[in-house]
Amino acid sequence: MIRTRSLTKDFVVSRTQTVHAVRGISLEIEPGELVAVLGPNGAGKTTTMRMLTTLIPPTSGTATVAGHDVVAEPAEVRRQIGYVGQGNGAGHTQRVRDELYSQGVIYGLDRRAARQRCDELLEALDLKELTARKVSDLSGGQRRRLDVAMGLVHAPSLLFLDEPSTGLDPQNRANLWEHILAMRTAYDMTIVLTTHYLDEADSMAERVVIVDHGEVIADDTAETLKANLAGDRIVVTTTEDAAHRLAQLASQLPGARDLVTDGAAARVEARVSDGPGALPELMRAAEQSGVRITTAQVHRPTLDDVFLTLTGRSLREAGSDQSTAAPDSAPRKDAA
Amino acid sequence: MSTASAPAPAPAPAPSPARTRKTLPRPAQRNLLRDTGIVMMRELRPVLRDPFSLVFGMIQPLVFLALFGPLLVGSLGGQAGGTIGGNVWQWFVPAILVMTALFGTSATGSNLLFEFQTGAHERMLVTPLSRPSLLIGRSLKEMVPLAGQAVIIIAVMMPFGFRLYPAGALAGLAMLAVFGIGLGSFSYALAIAVRKQEWMFWVVQQTLIFPLMILSGMLLPLETGPGWMRVAAGFNPLAYVVDAERALFEGELVSSTVALGWVAALATAAVGLTVGIRAMIRSGN
Repeated sequence: MIRTRSLTKDFVVSRTQTVHAVRGISLEIEPGELVAVLGPNGAGKTTTMRMLTTLIPPTSGTATVAGHDVVAEPAEVRRQIGYVGQGNGAGHTQRVRDELYSQGVIYGLDRRAARQRCDELLEALDLKELTARKVSDLSGGQRRRLDVAMGLVHAPSLLFLDEPSTGLDPQNRANLWEHILAMRTAYDMTIVLTTHYLDEADSMAERVVIVDHGEVIADDTAETLKANLAGDRIVVTTTEDAAHRLAQLASQLPGARDLVTDGAAARVEARVSDGPGALPELMRAAEQSGVRITTAQVHRPTLDDVFLTLTGRSLREAGSDQSTAAPDSAPRKDAA
Repeated sequence: MSTASAPAPAPAPAPSPARTRKTLPRPAQRNLLRDTGIVMMRELRPVLRDPFSLVFGMIQPLVFLALFGPLLVGSLGGQAGGTIGGNVWQWFVPAILVMTALFGTSATGSNLLFEFQTGAHERMLVTPLSRPSLLIGRSLKEMVPLAGQAVIIIAVMMPFGFRLYPAGALAGLAMLAVFGIGLGSFSYALAIAVRKQEWMFWVVQQTLIFPLMILSGMLLPLETGPGWMRVAAGFNPLAYVVDAERALFEGELVSSTVALGWVAALATAAVGLTVGIRAMIRSGN
């Protein structure tokens, strides 16, 4: 469905400064996949998506989307794909149904088909009550559902979602996802989305592509990434004098690494390959050597732990540094 | 389209994927005319759905006509007969139409700026719509209310001695549409150029529009002004359009004045579209 080869994008900011927003991304996405592209602000997620959707031409490399080259046949690509950008696709002065209808006609539906399609989508995305409402009067969640409806008007086989749920409250996010997943089953779609919500990538996507500094640094299922690159973390506390002995015991657990001993708090942390199995083992060993464990916890890894392992930085804090941040082409696009 | 067109209540079960797919016909071949029509209709819908602002928009030129017209008669006084012909309205009504077109089309880029901000323009760039249609459709949209305004102005002014030459008036509106597409395209090109500093749009638009307007002899005859102004007006395409409109509204269909007007309007459209389409193609960046 998508194949890119060493895709790059440079933005010339001034005569002396060129920003390498994307530096050689090669991706292969099969029909039916649901792929999340995850990365900090400025990592190159949106820039990549803008190249794949023909909005900007790549500096070098090639990309084939839905069977067509994005540079040679942009019109064919546009016909095949659905796109929900970061902003609001629906014009604010338009009425909900008008805008959806226009979108249908744009994609070549005749009037009757467009009207019928409007009804279907308004119903499916819970917008039926709002057909005569002006877009500017909709709530954030409603507007986002309309954007998704517009992206689906021609039943595309490939849908791009650029930060679909940014700015929505948890309830609206969950609701939006319910609709997206339902549409995915109904239309047998391939979905590629960018997000900086870790939990979203984790729970929704079947495959996670982690991008940093314009490059893919990891690409697998969330489960595999977490197991291979992060692992479980156990945190145990003991009595004041026993922290170092406990740390020594913990270091002998299978796959133990990243050992942190906090003497003052009498706390020991370690990554292990199997947290739930390792903890009882550690407790037994502690008892045998006369170390009393006061509290014990197992933390399952998150994608943030994966990112931390890969880059030494946390995804939650901050985007990439200045040298790789894509320039703002508009305020709303700052999350390139 | 209308919201009343919904078919009978849909059956409860969700349509099967296969069936839904099949109901979608193969998209029609793209053609510029169809795309332009789609863009124009999309732009017109909010206007038509808001009758209140539509009515105000329609009578705006009348207000100007009613307030400025008498002053014109008064200040020109006895000269009126010499410089602008015996009938002030015959001289002024075409000018008001040009002015309405001038303000409407030169400001139209701001609508695009707004759609840049919201993301609507980006969404349309990802659709298969041809790039020129995004521009031409939008510019043409400004001409629809103008046609309505023309009808109203003419209808109101006829009792005051304005003589209507239908063929000339139609040709005049056609010329205005051509000129307006050009000016609208410039306005869009400007909007695209300054999209990262939106306030610049109005600075540039306001700076250009007044010299353009005054040096066209639209509101006051240039014949009474100093020589340098008449020279400057010679370089202003709008001046030729204004002269041609006056001739056309006098029923003069073919003359050198009218021909020069067409040349100016077509040249504005050609250059405007070239600049505008180039900007539009790059506007995804």
